[in-house]
Amino acid sequence: MTALRPLVVAAGVALSLLGGCAMPTVPTIQPWVKPYERERLGDPIMKLSRDALPDKHFEHVRDVREGARGATGFQGGGCGCN
Amino acid sequence: MAATKAAIGLWRRLLALFGGLLGGLLGVAGARAADLPENKAEALIHSYSGGGVNAYGPAFLVRKSIFDKVSLTGTYYVDAVSNASIDVVTTASPYKETRHEFGLSADYVYRDAQITFGLMTSHEPDYVANTGSLDVTQEVFGGMTTIAFGFTRASDTVKKHNEPDFKDSADHWQYRLGLTQILTTRWLMSVNFEALSDEGYLASPYRVARVFGAAVPERTPRTRTGRAVKLRLVGDLGNRDAMHVGYRYFTDTWDIRAHTAEIGYSRYFGENWLADSFFRYYSQTGALFYSDNATSETLYVSRNRQLSTFNNMGLGGRLSYNLRRVPGRYDLKLNGSYEYTRFKFKDFTDLRDGSLYGYASNVVQVYLSATY
Repeated sequence: MTALRPLVVAAGVALSLLGGCAMPTVPTIQPWVKPYERERLGDPIMKLSRDALPDKHFEHVRDVREGARGATGFQGGGCGCN
Repeated sequence: MAATKAAIGLWRRLLALFGGLLGGLLGVAGARAADLPENKAEALIHSYSGGGVNAYGPAFLVRKSIFDKVSLTGTYYVDAVSNASIDVVTTASPYKETRHEFGLSADYVYRDAQITFGLMTSHEPDYVANTGSLDVTQEVFGGMTTIAFGFTRASDTVKKHNEPDFKDSADHWQYRLGLTQILTTRWLMSVNFEALSDEGYLASPYRVARVFGAAVPERTPRTRTGRAVKLRLVGDLGNRDAMHVGYRYFTDTWDIRAHTAEIGYSRYFGENWLADSFFRYYSQTGALFYSDNATSETLYVSRNRQLSTFNNMGLGGRLSYNLRRVPGRYDLKLNGSYEYTRFKFKDFTDLRDGSLYGYASNVVQVYLSATY
Protein backbone atom coordinates (compact mmCIF):
# COMPACT_ATOMS: atom_id res chain seq x y z
CA MET A 1 0.00 0.00 0.00
CA THR A 2 2.95 2.30 0.80
CA ALA A 3 4.24 1.86 -2.74
CA LEU A 4 0.88 2.93 -4.17
CA ARG A 5 0.68 6.07 -2.07
CA PRO A 6 2.41 8.37 -4.62
CA LEU A 7 0.00 7.23 -7.32
CA VAL A 8 -2.96 7.87 -5.03
CA VAL A 9 -1.63 11.34 -4.23
CA ALA A 10 -1.01 12.10 -7.93
CA ALA A 11 -4.52 10.97 -8.80
CA GLY A 12 -5.91 13.13 -5.99
CA VAL A 13 -4.02 16.17 -7.27
CA ALA A 14 -5.29 15.62 -10.81
CA LEU A 15 -8.88 15.26 -9.60
CA SER A 16 -8.58 18.34 -7.40
CA LEU A 17 -7.22 20.37 -10.33
CA LEU A 18 -10.06 19.20 -12.57
CA GLY A 19 -12.55 19.96 -9.83
CA GLY A 20 -10.97 23.40 -9.37
CA CYS A 21 -11.59 24.19 -13.02
CA ALA A 22 -15.21 23.19 -12.89
CA MET A 23 -16.04 24.63 -9.44
CA PRO A 24 -14.27 27.89 -8.60
CA THR A 25 -15.35 27.62 -4.99
CA VAL A 26 -13.04 24.62 -4.31
CA PRO A 27 -10.05 25.81 -2.23
CA THR A 28 -6.73 26.27 -4.06
CA ILE A 29 -4.21 23.46 -3.54
CA GLN A 30 -1.35 24.39 -1.25
CA PRO A 31 2.09 22.69 -1.21
CA TRP A 32 1.50 19.68 1.01
CA VAL A 33 5.14 18.73 1.67
CA LYS A 34 6.76 21.54 3.63
CA PRO A 35 10.47 22.35 3.22
CA TYR A 36 11.24 20.93 6.70
CA GLU A 37 9.60 17.65 5.66
CA ARG A 38 11.99 17.10 2.72
CA GLU A 39 15.00 15.76 4.62
CA ARG A 40 14.64 12.25 3.18
CA LEU A 41 14.19 13.63 -0.36
CA GLY A 42 17.47 15.54 -0.01
CA ASP A 43 19.50 12.44 0.80
CA PRO A 44 22.07 11.57 -1.93
CA ILE A 45 20.43 8.15 -2.26
CA MET A 46 17.36 9.90 -3.77
CA LYS A 47 19.21 11.86 -6.48
CA LEU A 48 18.38 11.07 -10.10
CA SER A 49 22.10 11.57 -10.90
CA ARG A 50 24.62 11.44 -8.07
CA ASP A 51 27.94 11.85 -9.92
CA ALA A 52 28.15 13.51 -13.34
CA LEU A 53 31.15 11.79 -14.96
CA PRO A 54 30.23 8.11 -14.42
CA ASP A 55 26.63 8.80 -15.48
CA LYS A 56 27.87 10.63 -18.58
CA HIS A 57 30.08 7.60 -19.40
CA PHE A 58 27.16 5.16 -19.13
CA GLU A 59 25.09 7.51 -21.28
CA HIS A 60 27.82 7.74 -23.91
CA VAL A 61 28.30 3.95 -24.02
CA ARG A 62 24.56 3.52 -24.72
CA ASP A 63 24.19 6.45 -27.15
CA VAL A 64 26.77 5.06 -29.57
CA ARG A 65 25.29 1.53 -29.58
CA GLU A 66 21.54 2.12 -29.49
CA GLY A 67 19.27 3.92 -31.94
CA ALA A 68 17.40 5.88 -29.26
CA ARG A 69 18.65 9.05 -27.58
CA GLY A 70 17.39 11.88 -25.42
CA ALA A 71 15.19 12.76 -22.42
CA THR A 72 17.81 11.48 -19.98
CA GLY A 73 18.81 14.82 -18.51
CA PHE A 74 22.21 14.84 -20.26
CA GLN A 75 23.03 17.42 -22.91
CA GLY A 76 24.91 14.93 -25.11
CA GLY A 77 26.96 16.04 -28.08
CA GLY A 78 28.27 14.73 -31.33
CA CYS A 79 31.10 12.29 -31.83
CA GLY A 80 32.04 9.87 -34.55
CA CYS A 81 31.96 6.88 -32.26
CA ASN A 82 29.71 4.65 -34.34
CA MET B 1 36.80 24.49 -46.07
CA ALA B 2 33.44 26.22 -45.80
CA ALA B 3 32.34 23.70 -43.17
CA THR B 4 35.52 24.37 -41.11
CA LYS B 5 34.98 28.13 -41.27
CA ALA B 6 31.37 27.68 -40.27
CA ALA B 7 32.39 25.48 -37.32
CA ILE B 8 35.09 27.96 -36.21
CA GLY B 9 32.58 30.80 -36.58
CA LEU B 10 30.00 28.95 -34.46
CA TRP B 11 32.62 28.16 -31.82
CA ARG B 12 33.71 31.83 -31.65
CA ARG B 13 30.11 33.02 -31.39
CA LEU B 14 29.44 30.53 -28.59
CA LEU B 15 32.58 31.64 -26.70
CA ALA B 16 31.59 35.29 -27.11
CA LEU B 17 28.10 34.48 -25.85
CA PHE B 18 29.58 32.55 -22.91
CA GLY B 19 31.86 35.46 -21.99
CA GLY B 20 29.04 37.96 -22.31
CA LEU B 21 26.67 35.88 -20.26
CA LEU B 22 29.28 35.28 -17.53
CA GLY B 23 30.12 38.99 -17.36
CA GLY B 24 26.46 39.90 -17.21
CA LEU B 25 25.72 37.40 -14.51
CA LEU B 26 28.64 38.51 -12.33
CA GLY B 27 27.40 42.08 -12.61
CA VAL B 28 23.86 41.32 -11.51
CA ALA B 29 23.05 41.22 -7.83
CA GLY B 30 19.88 39.24 -7.33
CA ALA B 31 18.18 37.96 -4.24
CA ARG B 32 18.73 34.20 -4.15
CA ALA B 33 16.47 31.61 -2.58
CA ALA B 34 18.02 28.54 -4.18
CA ASP B 35 21.63 27.44 -3.65
CA LEU B 36 24.35 27.12 -6.25
CA PRO B 37 25.43 23.54 -7.01
CA GLU B 38 27.95 22.36 -4.41
CA ASN B 39 31.67 22.58 -5.16
CA LYS B 40 32.71 19.21 -6.48
CA ALA B 41 35.61 17.28 -8.01
CA GLU B 42 35.54 13.89 -9.73
CA ALA B 43 38.40 11.78 -11.15
CA LEU B 44 37.30 8.73 -13.15
CA ILE B 45 38.97 5.81 -14.91
CA HIS B 46 36.49 4.18 -17.29
CA SER B 47 36.66 1.06 -19.39
CA TYR B 48 34.39 -0.57 -21.97
CA SER B 49 34.93 -3.91 -23.67
CA GLY B 50 32.50 -5.77 -25.90
CA GLY B 51 31.96 -6.86 -29.48
CA GLY B 52 35.66 -6.47 -30.30
CA VAL B 53 35.78 -2.86 -29.12
CA ASN B 54 37.88 -1.72 -26.18
CA ALA B 55 37.65 1.86 -24.95
CA TYR B 56 39.21 3.28 -21.82
CA GLY B 57 40.54 6.51 -20.43
CA PRO B 58 40.51 9.04 -17.64
CA ALA B 59 37.98 11.81 -17.07
CA PHE B 60 38.09 14.76 -14.70
CA LEU B 61 35.54 17.28 -13.43
CA VAL B 62 36.00 20.31 -11.19
CA ARG B 63 33.17 22.63 -10.11
CA LYS B 64 33.78 25.76 -8.04
CA SER B 65 31.61 28.73 -7.16
CA ILE B 66 32.95 32.23 -7.77
CA PHE B 67 31.90 35.23 -5.66
CA ASP B 68 28.97 33.10 -4.45
CA LYS B 69 27.09 34.00 -7.64
CA VAL B 70 28.30 31.73 -10.41
CA SER B 71 29.48 28.16 -10.31
CA LEU B 72 31.96 27.14 -13.03
CA THR B 73 32.49 23.53 -14.12
CA GLY B 74 35.36 22.24 -16.24
CA THR B 75 35.54 18.69 -17.63
CA TYR B 76 38.12 16.70 -19.58
CA TYR B 77 37.27 13.28 -20.95
CA VAL B 78 39.44 10.83 -22.91
CA ASP B 79 38.32 7.79 -24.92
CA ALA B 80 41.19 5.63 -26.23
CA VAL B 81 39.49 3.20 -28.61
CA SER B 82 40.83 0.05 -30.24
CA ASN B 83 38.22 -1.19 -32.68
CA ALA B 84 38.06 -4.74 -34.02
CA SER B 85 34.25 -4.90 -34.10
CA ILE B 86 32.43 -7.32 -36.40
CA ASP B 87 32.03 -4.52 -39.03
CA VAL B 88 35.74 -3.87 -38.93
CA VAL B 89 36.98 -7.49 -39.00
CA THR B 90 34.62 -8.47 -41.84
CA THR B 91 34.98 -5.39 -44.07
CA ALA B 92 38.01 -3.33 -42.98
CA SER B 93 41.12 -3.35 -40.75
CA PRO B 94 41.25 -2.94 -36.97
CA TYR B 95 42.32 0.55 -35.85
CA LYS B 96 43.12 2.62 -32.77
CA GLU B 97 42.29 6.24 -32.11
CA THR B 98 41.80 8.63 -29.22
CA ARG B 99 39.00 11.12 -28.58
CA HIS B 100 39.55 14.16 -26.36
CA GLU B 101 36.57 16.10 -25.02
CA PHE B 102 36.71 19.42 -23.17
CA GLY B 103 33.71 20.98 -21.48
CA LEU B 104 33.06 24.27 -19.69
CA SER B 105 29.79 25.32 -18.09
CA ALA B 106 28.47 28.04 -15.79
CA ASP B 107 25.56 27.82 -13.35
CA TYR B 108 23.83 30.92 -12.08
CA VAL B 109 21.07 30.97 -9.48
CA TYR B 110 18.53 33.79 -9.33
CA ARG B 111 15.74 33.47 -6.77
CA ASP B 112 14.26 29.99 -7.44
CA ALA B 113 15.75 29.60 -10.91
CA GLN B 114 19.03 28.07 -12.06
CA ILE B 115 20.50 28.93 -15.45
CA THR B 116 23.23 26.71 -16.92
CA PHE B 117 25.23 27.58 -20.00
CA GLY B 118 27.62 24.98 -21.38
CA LEU B 119 30.19 24.52 -24.13
CA MET B 120 31.82 21.29 -25.22
CA THR B 121 34.30 20.32 -27.92
CA SER B 122 35.24 16.77 -28.92
CA HIS B 123 38.21 15.95 -31.17
CA GLU B 124 39.12 12.74 -32.97
CA PRO B 125 41.49 12.45 -35.95
CA ASP B 126 38.51 12.12 -38.32
CA TYR B 127 35.67 13.82 -36.36
CA VAL B 128 35.30 17.16 -34.59
CA ALA B 129 32.15 18.08 -32.67
CA ASN B 130 31.36 21.46 -31.07
CA THR B 131 28.36 21.82 -28.78
CA GLY B 132 26.66 24.67 -26.95
CA SER B 133 23.72 24.33 -24.54
CA LEU B 134 21.47 26.46 -22.37
CA ASP B 135 19.28 25.03 -19.58
CA VAL B 136 16.92 26.73 -17.12
CA THR B 137 15.26 25.17 -14.08
CA GLN B 138 12.62 26.98 -12.06
CA GLU B 139 11.16 25.89 -8.74
CA VAL B 140 7.45 26.61 -8.31
CA PHE B 141 4.61 25.58 -6.00
CA GLY B 142 6.61 26.14 -2.80
CA GLY B 143 9.57 24.21 -4.18
CA MET B 144 7.53 21.05 -4.68
CA THR B 145 7.65 21.32 -8.47
CA THR B 146 10.69 22.00 -10.65
CA ILE B 147 10.21 22.93 -14.30
CA ALA B 148 13.18 22.59 -16.66
CA PHE B 149 13.73 23.54 -20.26
CA GLY B 150 16.83 23.57 -22.40
CA PHE B 151 18.38 23.74 -25.83
CA THR B 152 21.49 22.20 -27.38
CA ARG B 153 23.09 23.11 -30.69
CA ALA B 154 25.97 21.07 -32.08
CA SER B 155 28.01 21.25 -35.26
CA ASP B 156 30.27 18.39 -36.40
CA THR B 157 32.96 18.07 -39.04
CA VAL B 158 33.29 14.58 -40.54
CA LYS B 159 36.52 13.43 -42.19
CA LYS B 160 37.96 10.13 -43.37
CA HIS B 161 41.35 8.53 -42.80
CA ASN B 162 43.56 8.36 -45.89
CA GLU B 163 41.12 10.43 -47.95
CA PRO B 164 42.01 14.10 -47.41
CA ASP B 165 39.45 15.18 -50.02
CA PHE B 166 36.55 13.76 -47.99
CA LYS B 167 34.96 16.29 -45.69
CA ASP B 168 31.32 16.76 -44.68
CA SER B 169 29.34 18.21 -41.78
CA ALA B 170 26.45 17.39 -39.49
CA ASP B 171 24.30 19.76 -37.42
CA HIS B 172 22.23 18.83 -34.40
CA TRP B 173 19.45 20.55 -32.47
CA GLN B 174 17.92 19.33 -29.20
CA TYR B 175 15.00 20.93 -27.33
CA ARG B 176 13.95 19.57 -23.94
CA LEU B 177 11.27 20.09 -21.32
CA GLY B 178 11.11 18.49 -17.90
CA LEU B 179 9.10 18.45 -14.72
CA THR B 180 10.11 17.03 -11.33
CA GLN B 181 7.36 16.71 -8.74
CA ILE B 182 7.61 15.93 -5.04
CA LEU B 183 4.71 13.56 -4.37
CA THR B 184 5.11 12.84 -0.66
CA THR B 185 7.80 13.20 2.01
CA ARG B 186 9.38 10.04 0.54
CA TRP B 187 8.52 9.91 -3.16
CA LEU B 188 9.24 12.08 -6.18
CA MET B 189 8.74 11.68 -9.90
CA SER B 190 10.00 13.28 -13.07
CA VAL B 191 8.83 13.54 -16.67
CA ASN B 192 11.27 14.59 -19.40
CA PHE B 193 10.58 15.24 -23.07
CA GLU B 194 13.18 15.91 -25.74
CA ALA B 195 12.96 16.63 -29.47
CA LEU B 196 16.11 15.91 -31.48
CA SER B 197 16.86 16.98 -35.01
CA ASP B 198 19.92 16.09 -37.11
CA GLU B 199 20.93 17.31 -40.53
CA GLY B 200 23.97 16.55 -42.66
CA TYR B 201 26.22 13.54 -43.05
CA LEU B 202 24.68 11.03 -40.62
CA ALA B 203 26.33 7.86 -41.99
CA SER B 204 29.82 6.45 -41.48
CA PRO B 205 32.34 6.96 -44.28
CA TYR B 206 33.83 3.54 -43.46
CA ARG B 207 30.76 1.31 -43.14
CA VAL B 208 29.44 -0.74 -46.04
CA ALA B 209 25.98 -2.13 -46.76
CA ARG B 210 25.19 -5.34 -48.65
CA VAL B 211 23.01 -5.33 -51.76
CA PHE B 212 22.53 -8.71 -53.49
CA GLY B 213 25.46 -9.90 -51.37
CA ALA B 214 27.82 -7.22 -52.73
CA ALA B 215 29.43 -4.60 -50.50
CA VAL B 216 28.43 -0.99 -51.32
CA PRO B 217 28.98 2.27 -49.37
CA GLU B 218 26.00 2.86 -47.05
CA ARG B 219 23.55 5.59 -48.06
CA THR B 220 21.71 7.29 -45.18
CA PRO B 221 19.16 10.17 -45.27
CA ARG B 222 20.65 13.57 -44.44
CA THR B 223 17.88 14.48 -42.01
CA ARG B 224 16.52 12.76 -38.92
CA THR B 225 14.05 13.93 -36.28
CA GLY B 226 13.35 12.06 -33.07
CA ARG B 227 11.18 12.42 -29.96
CA ALA B 228 11.85 10.90 -26.56
CA VAL B 229 9.83 10.93 -23.36
CA LYS B 230 11.03 9.50 -20.06
CA LEU B 231 9.19 8.91 -16.78
CA ARG B 232 10.97 8.25 -13.49
CA LEU B 233 9.81 7.49 -9.97
CA VAL B 234 12.15 7.54 -6.96
CA GLY B 235 11.14 6.47 -3.47
CA ASP B 236 12.65 6.24 -0.02
CA LEU B 237 11.73 2.80 1.35
CA GLY B 238 12.31 3.80 4.97
CA ASN B 239 15.18 1.52 5.98
CA ARG B 240 18.09 3.66 4.73
CA ASP B 241 17.26 2.32 1.28
CA ALA B 242 15.60 3.64 -1.87
CA MET B 243 14.37 2.41 -5.22
CA HIS B 244 13.88 3.93 -8.65
CA VAL B 245 12.00 2.86 -11.76
CA GLY B 246 12.11 4.46 -15.20
CA TYR B 247 10.67 4.08 -18.66
CA ARG B 248 11.58 5.85 -21.92
CA TYR B 249 9.86 5.75 -25.29
CA PHE B 250 11.68 6.96 -28.41
CA THR B 251 10.50 7.30 -31.99
CA ASP B 252 12.00 8.97 -35.05
CA THR B 253 11.48 9.69 -38.74
CA TRP B 254 13.69 6.72 -39.68
CA ASP B 255 10.92 4.56 -38.16
CA ILE B 256 12.96 3.43 -35.16
CA ARG B 257 10.78 2.87 -32.09
CA ALA B 258 12.53 2.04 -28.85
CA HIS B 259 11.49 1.14 -25.31
CA THR B 260 13.83 1.40 -22.32
CA ALA B 261 12.85 0.14 -18.86
CA GLU B 262 15.04 0.29 -15.76
CA ILE B 263 14.74 -0.48 -12.08
CA GLY B 264 17.23 0.06 -9.30
CA TYR B 265 17.70 -0.38 -5.57
CA SER B 266 20.12 1.49 -3.28
CA ARG B 267 21.01 0.93 0.35
CA TYR B 268 23.41 2.26 2.98
CA PHE B 269 25.51 -0.25 4.94
CA GLY B 270 26.94 1.09 8.17
CA GLU B 271 28.31 4.62 8.27
CA ASN B 272 30.58 4.42 5.26
CA TRP B 273 29.14 2.18 2.56
CA LEU B 274 26.46 2.78 -0.08
CA ALA B 275 25.51 0.08 -2.59
CA ASP B 276 23.42 0.49 -5.75
CA SER B 277 22.10 -2.20 -8.06
CA PHE B 278 20.19 -1.80 -11.30
CA PHE B 279 18.64 -3.70 -14.18
CA ARG B 280 17.99 -2.20 -17.61
CA TYR B 281 16.12 -3.57 -20.64
CA TYR B 282 16.22 -1.95 -24.07
CA SER B 283 14.56 -2.95 -27.35
CA GLN B 284 14.12 -1.24 -30.70
CA THR B 285 12.70 -1.80 -34.17
CA GLY B 286 14.96 -1.25 -37.17
CA ALA B 287 15.16 1.76 -39.49
CA LEU B 288 13.14 1.70 -42.73
CA PHE B 289 16.28 1.49 -44.88
CA TYR B 290 18.17 -1.02 -42.73
CA SER B 291 18.87 -4.33 -44.45
CA ASP B 292 21.16 -7.18 -43.57
CA ASN B 293 21.39 -7.99 -47.27
CA ALA B 294 19.13 -5.89 -49.54
CA THR B 295 17.38 -7.72 -52.35
CA SER B 296 16.39 -4.58 -54.25
CA GLU B 297 18.09 -1.30 -55.14
CA THR B 298 16.84 1.56 -52.94
CA LEU B 299 17.83 5.21 -52.51
CA TYR B 300 18.98 4.59 -48.94
CA VAL B 301 20.53 1.43 -47.57
CA SER B 302 22.47 0.72 -44.38
CA ARG B 303 23.82 -2.27 -42.53
CA ASN B 304 24.55 -0.28 -39.37
CA ARG B 305 23.51 -2.69 -36.61
CA GLN B 306 22.71 0.32 -34.37
CA LEU B 307 19.77 0.84 -36.76
CA SER B 308 18.69 -2.82 -36.82
CA THR B 309 16.08 -4.65 -34.73
CA PHE B 310 17.66 -5.77 -31.46
CA ASN B 311 17.41 -5.80 -27.69
CA ASN B 312 19.82 -5.77 -24.79
CA MET B 313 19.67 -6.46 -21.07
CA GLY B 314 22.07 -4.99 -18.55
CA LEU B 315 22.71 -5.77 -14.89
CA GLY B 316 24.99 -3.58 -12.83
CA GLY B 317 26.00 -2.22 -9.48
CA ARG B 318 27.95 0.51 -7.75
CA LEU B 319 29.75 0.56 -4.41
CA SER B 320 30.73 3.82 -2.69
CA TYR B 321 32.96 4.14 0.38
CA ASN B 322 33.49 7.25 2.51
CA LEU B 323 37.28 7.64 2.57
CA ARG B 324 37.32 10.78 4.67
CA ARG B 325 34.80 13.30 5.90
CA VAL B 326 35.46 16.57 7.67
CA PRO B 327 32.05 18.16 8.34
CA GLY B 328 31.77 21.63 6.86
CA ARG B 329 35.04 21.29 4.94
CA TYR B 330 35.16 18.32 2.60
CA ASP B 331 33.91 14.83 1.88
CA LEU B 332 35.90 12.24 -0.14
CA LYS B 333 34.46 9.02 -1.57
CA LEU B 334 35.94 6.08 -3.48
CA ASN B 335 33.50 4.46 -5.92
CA GLY B 336 33.43 1.45 -8.22
CA SER B 337 30.79 0.52 -10.84
CA TYR B 338 30.29 -2.47 -13.10
CA GLU B 339 27.65 -3.31 -15.73
CA TYR B 340 27.26 -6.47 -17.80
CA THR B 341 25.08 -6.15 -20.91
CA ARG B 342 24.00 -8.80 -23.40
CA PHE B 343 23.05 -7.71 -26.98
CA LYS B 344 20.88 -9.87 -29.25
CA PHE B 345 20.38 -8.83 -32.87
CA LYS B 346 17.32 -10.06 -34.76
CA ASP B 347 18.35 -9.28 -38.34
CA PHE B 348 22.13 -8.78 -38.36
CA THR B 349 24.14 -11.83 -39.32
CA ASP B 350 27.74 -12.65 -38.55
CA LEU B 351 29.25 -12.86 -42.05
CA ARG B 352 31.86 -15.31 -40.79
CA ASP B 353 29.37 -18.12 -40.06
CA GLY B 354 25.92 -16.84 -41.13
CA SER B 355 24.44 -16.95 -37.62
CA LEU B 356 22.54 -14.09 -35.96
CA TYR B 357 25.01 -11.83 -34.19
CA GLY B 358 25.13 -11.13 -30.46
CA TYR B 359 27.73 -10.12 -27.92
CA ALA B 360 28.28 -9.23 -24.28
CA SER B 361 29.86 -6.03 -22.99
CA ASN B 362 31.48 -5.03 -19.71
CA VAL B 363 31.69 -1.49 -18.34
CA VAL B 364 33.99 -0.80 -15.40
CA GLN B 365 34.39 2.53 -13.60
CA VAL B 366 36.62 3.44 -10.66
CA TYR B 367 36.45 7.01 -9.43
CA LEU B 368 37.06 9.44 -6.61
CA SER B 369 34.41 12.07 -5.86
CA ALA B 370 34.82 14.94 -3.46
CA THR B 371 32.63 17.80 -2.29
CA TYR B 372 34.30 20.78 -0.64
